[in-house]
Amino acid sequence: MSRSDPIVIQAGRGEQKYWRDVWRYRELLYLLAWRDVLVRYKQTVIGVLWVVIRPLLVMTVFTFAFGKIAKLPTEGNVPYPLLVLAGLLPWQFFAGALSEASSSLVSNANLITKVYFPRVIVPVSAVVTCAVDFAVTMCLLIGFMAWYGIWPSWRIVVVAPLFLLMFSAAIGAGLWLAALNAKYRDFRYVVPFIVQFGLYVSPVGFSSKVVPDSLAWAYMLNPMVGVIDCFRWAFLNGDGQFGWRAILCSCMVSAILLIGGLTYFRRTERSLADVI
Amino acid sequence: MSEPIITVSGLGKKYRLRHQTGARYLAMRDVLAGLFSGRKNGDHAVRAASAEDFWALRDVSFEIEPGQVVGIIGRNGAGKSTLLKILSQIVEPTTGSVHLYGRVASLLEVGTGFHPELSGRENIFMNGAILGMSRKEIVRKFDEIVAFAEVERFLDTPVKHYSSGMYVRLAFAVAAHLEPEILVVDEVLAVGDADFQKKCLGKMHEVSRGGRTVLFVSHNVSAIASLCDRGIVFDRGSISYDGAVADALALYSSAGTRVLEKQRVADGPQIEGISIDGDAAARGDIRIRLSFESPHVLKNPHLGVVVYSSQGSAVFGYNTDMDPAFESLPIANGGFEFCVPDAPLHSGLYKVTIWFGEKGRRITRVDDAIVFHFVSPIVLPSGVSPDFVGYARVNGRIAMHA
Repeated sequence: MSRSDPIVIQAGRGEQKYWRDVWRYRELLYLLAWRDVLVRYKQTVIGVLWVVIRPLLVMTVFTFAFGKIAKLPTEGNVPYPLLVLAGLLPWQFFAGALSEASSSLVSNANLITKVYFPRVIVPVSAVVTCAVDFAVTMCLLIGFMAWYGIWPSWRIVVVAPLFLLMFSAAIGAGLWLAALNAKYRDFRYVVPFIVQFGLYVSPVGFSSKVVPDSLAWAYMLNPMVGVIDCFRWAFLNGDGQFGWRAILCSCMVSAILLIGGLTYFRRTERSLADVI
Repeated sequence: MSEPIITVSGLGKKYRLRHQTGARYLAMRDVLAGLFSGRKNGDHAVRAASAEDFWALRDVSFEIEPGQVVGIIGRNGAGKSTLLKILSQIVEPTTGSVHLYGRVASLLEVGTGFHPELSGRENIFMNGAILGMSRKEIVRKFDEIVAFAEVERFLDTPVKHYSSGMYVRLAFAVAAHLEPEILVVDEVLAVGDADFQKKCLGKMHEVSRGGRTVLFVSHNVSAIASLCDRGIVFDRGSISYDGAVADALALYSSAGTRVLEKQRVADGPQIEGISIDGDAAARGDIRIRLSFESPHVLKNPHLGVVVYSSQGSAVFGYNTDMDPAFESLPIANGGFEFCVPDAPLHSGLYKVTIWFGEKGRRITRVDDAIVFHFVSPIVLPSGVSPDFVGYARVNGRIAMHA
């Protein structure tokens, strides 16, 4: 009688069947994301509306601060609020994904110490939860565009690959932070700082046009710069160009984040149940 | 000859313990306190934290055949939970390897993944998926799970409103319907009331009779005795015995008795030692020995013994007055041996209080002098728990007539 290959548990082993297990446990991924979304809105009065109210408020404040007071230029004839909103949506996804992913391992410690499943599922499900929010806020953007009478053109097709790029950057950074936070708890103070800082160095409140060329390369190290610029280009029919340079930088940085994050995560995963 | 379904060889797990010796940092109040007591500041300086290696498991090897039900027993801290965590792939071993030839489902805690805000229905799906069941499987077994847990009416209420009994029943119900080839269970029977424990035991019996391989960790001696045919005893990280479950339990019991520390009564008679024969206790006989020492001859030494259940209720008492054949020896150094052959008790954990003195005068009384595991040679049928039916075991019969 032949036997199927055994599962071998040994110090330093685990690569081979890991990705097979990730596929086997894919339902758990959806389930964890579904649970987090569900729990977030149970017993709340405003409920789902909160996902929409937040960007609206930020948009108002930024339009006032950057548009009216600082009088920063917009792209073409695009109304300033729309410029902000179109930049805000991808940024909120990225920032939310970073925050949720970095704390995901620690807040799910009860699962990690009691059940086996490929741990990478936990931060990825946190990012998926934010993607759900992103989808909801997209409706807000469509609504505003309709109000201002701007209709999307053929440029819309880049949204899907842009989303993929954004998603990979978020997962890459999220995995790094999740692993770091589990090992060194002070990272939970670092993440809000990164998010706050990032909000001002990303073209959310302003258009990339105002950034001087001397700073361009440093500026574009931020993966969200390329994403947000092209997001605006795709939706808003402004006079901006498709930022090839920025997108290239974005892709490179995202790839580095993803591969680095995955490697570091896998390495830390082995001792996760011991340190968490 | 069937091939083993689990092979463990040379398994070890090491942890590094950090010892924080001395103050972490120099604080103002320490300096001030030092001024007043005349000590120098240097004494409060941060000392380097030392590290120590702790081997939770050390060179563990064993093989398990498919279909075996194995009990894993040992004191707290012996390494049982660490072994289960390694088998469940939650923790990586430091040395050695495990070969698993079947799918493992682990029950290390009841209610893993339960979220208080979600309803019972949602938590069944959540918990089932976490334990490894596919969505289709959960849907198929949904009604069975709900029936086992007896929570039909409350299925759509958030679990935070459940009573603790309902919570634990639901959690176990989901886990009980796993169908893995290898089931690993850690102490989950420790929670819940008597009814629940009855149900759990019954279900575990069903699972084991169904031909699955089960690894069962518990301190519940009667559960282990009734479910398992093989016992592995762990002691401080290594296996001290691997064989028939009765023998394993005997070794565990004798390791679990305490020898009394000397009680200092100045210049008076004192108890040298109290012990119980663990092997005998694991076979249904109670044999307790007490030895004493006295500077002067005791005229009429007497002994009293009260046996209590683990819950603290008295099961029976016996003393030298009750034994018509007892003859007191006027000696200074000697001992007593108290025997109850074939004691009519159910298996379980019992505590003994000893009274030692002379006729009419108490010398010492020791509460909880001995804690021992008693294994009755007659095992209760599955699903019946001794906590539910009392401690005395009677040889009764029931017959019907028309």
